Amino acid sequence: MWRIRAFEERLAQLKRADEVPGLIHLSIGGEAVAAAVCGQLRDTDVVYSGHRPHGHVIAKGAALPETMAELMGRAGGLCQGLGGSMHLVDTEHGMFGATGVVGGSLPLALGSALAARMRGEDAVAVVFFGDGAAQSGIFAESVNIAVLWRLPVILVCENNGFAEFTPRSAHTTVERVSDLVAPWAIPAATVDGNDAEAIWAQFGEMLRRARDGGGPALLEALTHRLRGHYEGDPDRYREALSSEEWQRRDPIARLQSAALARGWFGEDEAKTASDDAASTVDEAVAWARQSPPPTPELASSVVYAA
Amino acid sequence: MTRTTYARAIGTALATAMRDDERVFVLGEDVSAGGPFTITRGLVDEFGKDRVRDTPISEAAICGIAIGAAQSGLRPVLEIMYIDFLTLALDQLANMAAKAHFMSGGQLSVPLVLRTQGGAGQRAGAQHSQSLESWLCHVPGLKVVMPSRAVDAAGLLASAIADPNPVVMVENKTLYFRSEEVPDTVEPVPLGQAAVLRTGRDVTVVALSGLVPEALHAADALAADGIEVTVIDPRTLVPLDLDTIVASVRRTGRLVIAHEAVRDGGIGAEIAAATGRAAFDHLDAPIERVAAPFEPIAVSPVAEDAYLPRAPQIRDAVLRTLGRELNREGCRLPRPTA
Repeated sequence: MWRIRAFEERLAQLKRADEVPGLIHLSIGGEAVAAAVCGQLRDTDVVYSGHRPHGHVIAKGAALPETMAELMGRAGGLCQGLGGSMHLVDTEHGMFGATGVVGGSLPLALGSALAARMRGEDAVAVVFFGDGAAQSGIFAESVNIAVLWRLPVILVCENNGFAEFTPRSAHTTVERVSDLVAPWAIPAATVDGNDAEAIWAQFGEMLRRARDGGGPALLEALTHRLRGHYEGDPDRYREALSSEEWQRRDPIARLQSAALARGWFGEDEAKTASDDAASTVDEAVAWARQSPPPTPELASSVVYAA
Repeated sequence: MTRTTYARAIGTALATAMRDDERVFVLGEDVSAGGPFTITRGLVDEFGKDRVRDTPISEAAICGIAIGAAQSGLRPVLEIMYIDFLTLALDQLANMAAKAHFMSGGQLSVPLVLRTQGGAGQRAGAQHSQSLESWLCHVPGLKVVMPSRAVDAAGLLASAIADPNPVVMVENKTLYFRSEEVPDTVEPVPLGQAAVLRTGRDVTVVALSGLVPEALHAADALAADGIEVTVIDPRTLVPLDLDTIVASVRRTGRLVIAHEAVRDGGIGAEIAAATGRAAFDHLDAPIERVAAPFEPIAVSPVAEDAYLPRAPQIRDAVLRTLGRELNREGCRLPRPTA
């Protein structure tokens, strides 16, 4: 979580300095979901994401230098600079793709889950999507087939209350995404997305069940997107949280105080984690900056697989 | 040689691929029952319902599932019942399947075959008769095959399944049930290799899918008049075997391109532009295109017959490249039977 936060805060600075091209959607404030979900997965468990994937990729194990280089459009990036923020892939760690078209990743996770099951493996596929994607037709299609075929797939909805610039209430009368799967009677839960422990516990249960052949589940995490929809978004469509309110909600501060209270680690170790995250990100930026841009020849050579 | 049909040849090729490679499986609507054109009939008896997987009517999701399965190492063969329904799956096909290898910097590949069928002539109306292959040809990352003969359908399907890229195979509903001869053992047909089906010195006709038999029919009739036509079936639209077409046009100096899709923005325009550039000094006449008018397809038999380009239009186009009068005596061709 510290690393995701440090990475994205730095990314926002680099975006403002025009060192990062393109559309950048940050997940600052939502780190608990990525960490508590991906932290329980194996490399062989496949993850798909949407247009806000940085946290998922880092939590799944991608190296920060290669991830930063990808965001900066460099040849040393995870995808050799050809994918960018919305299309991060790191197959070595089971990160199988992200899409900029809302909802588009959902069925791919079903396909990877089907592949695992047809091969007799116990791998589970996870797909992250936002509450906006729940209104797409492909969401309903995917839930139906996942249940029908009892696929080992977990749908993780990060509900930040806004589909791009519009509040959820303007798009649907259904308040909870977890209610949308009620007719299929699969495990579905809504948790506080700023509470890493709660996500860990709820997702862990769904994961064990899916791995044991129990079929799909849906986890809805209620999060708060601290930044705008994209970097540069004037963000005039909602009221900013007060800093006191954010201090109360911040998933990192909450995990840290819970961990200190329970003696999981001390003040010193918490500071070290935070400092290490910052220096790791510094190193990643330095590494990415020295990586050259991809050549036009590279682009034309990977249109088709050989 | 064996007598079979285009439909049976595809079914047999699927069974062979599934026997040879356990990663290959079929999914789609009604596939275990064989589908409306009986292509997958009988496969479920040999391979079971896991590998001949019926799906709900959810074209977008089943396309995405096939892509995910392919990325995870399987070799799905997805059937989209009508190419008209592919509209529902285009985000998955064009944004995900086509770009996965590129966007991941080569990490992912999508060895997916998407079989579908198009074409008019069966009074199926505006939403079950279209020829939409040009849309697919415009998306880098996809390969597109469009066979006209049973032997090529089987051979191209084998190559498509073995290919590490997403390949769309556009079949034609009017070709499914004609009796054809194929070798006892069908060899894979390499993607991107045209077939020269008839050689003649006067005019080159490049015909696609359902218009290939029409072109051959026109060529027979023209031969009776002493006009010798070369007929080329590209078989694969992406990658296109331009070399074979250009080499022929350099000999004949005349080119007619015949496809059933509407003319405007069609693949024929691409073939014409590329050939025109490569063989400019050899052309003795403007390149002619035979294609459907820019209209949806009517269900009325009279209107559909008037809409569909057939052998007479190909004959007329050949004659135009030779500067001859149209519809002259001695070049009568019977109407095609449905």
